[in-house]
Amino acid sequence: MAPTTMRQTGLNRILGDAGTWLKENLLSPWYNAIITVISLAIVYVVLKGTIQWVLFGAKWGVVKENLRLFAVGPYPADQVWRVWLALAMAVLLGGISWRAWGGTMRAALVYLPVPILLVLVAPLSMEAKRNWLVVIALFPLGSALTYVRIPWAKILPWAWLGVFFTTIILLRGFRNSEAIPFVETGLWGGFTLTVLLAVVAIVVSFPIGVLLALGRRSRLPVVKMFSIAYIELIRGVPLVTILFMAQVMLPLFLPKELRIDKVLRAMVGMIMFSAAYMAENVRGGLQAIPKGQYEAAQALGLNYYQMMRYIILPQALRAVIPAIVGQFIGLFKDTSLVAIVGLLDLLYVALSVISQPEWIGRQAEVFLFIAVIYWVFCYAMSYASRRLEAKLGVGVR
Amino acid sequence: MTTAQVSEHARPPLWRDERVLAAIAQIVFLIAVILLAGYLYSNITTELRARGLTPGFDFLRLEAGFPIGETTFLEYSPGDSYGRAFIVGIMNTLRVSVVGIILATILGVVTGLARLSPNWLLRNIANVYIEVIRNTPLLVQLFFWFTAVMLKFPRIKEALVLPGPVYLSNRGLALPWPRPSDGFQAWGLVVLVGLVVAIGLFRYRKRLEDRTGQPGYPWVFGSVTLLLFMVVGWFLVPGQPLIISKPELKGFNFQGGTSLTPEFAALLIGLTVYTGAFIAEIVRAGILSVHKGQREAAKALGLTDFQMMRYIIFPQALRVIIPPLTSQYLNLTKNSSLAVAIGYPDLFNVAGTIFNQTGKSLEVITLVMGSYLSMSLLTSLFMNWYNRYMRIVER
Repeated sequence: MAPTTMRQTGLNRILGDAGTWLKENLLSPWYNAIITVISLAIVYVVLKGTIQWVLFGAKWGVVKENLRLFAVGPYPADQVWRVWLALAMAVLLGGISWRAWGGTMRAALVYLPVPILLVLVAPLSMEAKRNWLVVIALFPLGSALTYVRIPWAKILPWAWLGVFFTTIILLRGFRNSEAIPFVETGLWGGFTLTVLLAVVAIVVSFPIGVLLALGRRSRLPVVKMFSIAYIELIRGVPLVTILFMAQVMLPLFLPKELRIDKVLRAMVGMIMFSAAYMAENVRGGLQAIPKGQYEAAQALGLNYYQMMRYIILPQALRAVIPAIVGQFIGLFKDTSLVAIVGLLDLLYVALSVISQPEWIGRQAEVFLFIAVIYWVFCYAMSYASRRLEAKLGVGVR
Repeated sequence: MTTAQVSEHARPPLWRDERVLAAIAQIVFLIAVILLAGYLYSNITTELRARGLTPGFDFLRLEAGFPIGETTFLEYSPGDSYGRAFIVGIMNTLRVSVVGIILATILGVVTGLARLSPNWLLRNIANVYIEVIRNTPLLVQLFFWFTAVMLKFPRIKEALVLPGPVYLSNRGLALPWPRPSDGFQAWGLVVLVGLVVAIGLFRYRKRLEDRTGQPGYPWVFGSVTLLLFMVVGWFLVPGQPLIISKPELKGFNFQGGTSLTPEFAALLIGLTVYTGAFIAEIVRAGILSVHKGQREAAKALGLTDFQMMRYIIFPQALRVIIPPLTSQYLNLTKNSSLAVAIGYPDLFNVAGTIFNQTGKSLEVITLVMGSYLSMSLLTSLFMNWYNRYMRIVER
């Protein structure tokens, strides 16, 4: 008897809780109930239409057949191993950073089945599946490496920089090399190019942005005016015009001997653009440093360089990390604009795929697919940035 | 004796005097910048001379010779000059930006409030919309709206009919639109007088409210007066001042009403939906930034939810909202340059055509950047004025 009552009261409590929750969140007061009904109708129509289309209406062959093109564009098929290698390096280092920067080994292992399952289910070739599994396995391996006692936290920024340059050299190759032959940047493409453009822009624009921010807050009027003029000019015009200028004007500005290719020109444009926004982000961090820090540094007899290098910038830059992640997300989305000036990035590949006669009428599938790719990466980054913000306690202090 | 020593300390040798060093550093910096600019300039002039191009803006008077798909306010034909074509482009940019800003603000405020709603379902619908839109590139969205939505509508003969009637086809949207007729000018005059009277009354009631502390209902008085003038004027004026003209299918196109091209519609929807998501986040953050105590105080005074929002929360939130909102407006204007990807003849698109025909890279880029810069400047000037107008008047 007693157990039944207990179960009943337990059930009743759950039902009661559910009832209160429903009442508080969906049904009361009366206009909330109306809103709920309308919302339900909207959700039903949208979800039904979307699910029906995704499962039965859409023809996903266009994505399945062109996966390699989406991933690397026209990069030579027998050289794609270089992209894999670069990815492997990044994932390994990512695994190391994961634990070194405060993630746990357990989390690294617990979530492991998710990507493995995805790879097994995804319509990839056997070779691609094998490579993906190896790459995924490198992540917990990297995390495990941190049990070796080395001052990882100090090495990691330089290691990332090293991987960055190695990747670029690796993808490019050498002019007279048999093992890693030269692959001109005109053949770089797909998602690889998208990621590369965004990373190059943010990495290279970082030091320029810091200098511009310091320049804008400088007491030297000439330097200050120059910084303000640059930042406001760039921020006042759309990115397309800057990319267009980089494509058309850069060759005119440079001497005849110095001819730089399309991808590099686009990179210059992205860097110029990103530097102005970076400068504003860093300036925000600089302004957040209390005046006492400057005065204390000066009282200690530090000169301008020492004051910035050891006192101000370390504090200011830590405060702007979330803002920089936000900027990187924006930049990552903005790389799609290079398709307008003819670079073969993810969006351009998508446009060229739907213009092929065999895939005519498949626009919705292709755009949905690349939108999902962009979304997954941007959302993951913004989620990580929110976690980081909470951990750094930026808004709290 | 001591003062002499102090003044000696105050003047270090020249090579360690901060003011001298600062001056030298600036001169060096200036020289470096000038040298670099001069170098780049000499490169570009030799290059242009080698191509046989003389710099200058004379080409703006030449005949453009290319058609522009749609125009705003201005008439344009291929026989007109490049200058006129450029201005048509600017007008088109302004049209899509202004309409986009208005619609995005409405969408953003509604969604921002929905995110704060106590209704779980509504809150999460708004959440999903914001997270999806903010984390995908605008250009991809524009292509989606254009090729996967606008161009997928049925052909003009089988156009979808929505109530209104609004016709949806792959040639765009055809909607009913008011057309002024004979009595319009007279009616306009009456409405104008009504507006002046309404504003006068509004100010009077407002001052009364401020002076006596009794509710003066300035908005009610003002709007009712204006409405009264409009309705009375409508019947007094001979004939009907405005005729609603409805689109009708005649031959291969719609006659009457007004129509939006698929390019314009896609661009407008894309910009509105994209910027709306960002504005929603700004509105939400602004409202949350108002201190909890303000809310409690309003409740304690016995204000209704609406009154609390209208008189306590919103005016304070607005001060937090305006600066980031300004930059979203600027972003929308700048993002309208993506029109080039779907073929709406905006400023950047027209300028690209001009550049292709004339090869005047330096001049065209200067004009385009100058136009966008001045638009940005005007917008921020206006918003800064509005911000000053709205800020807390401190003692």
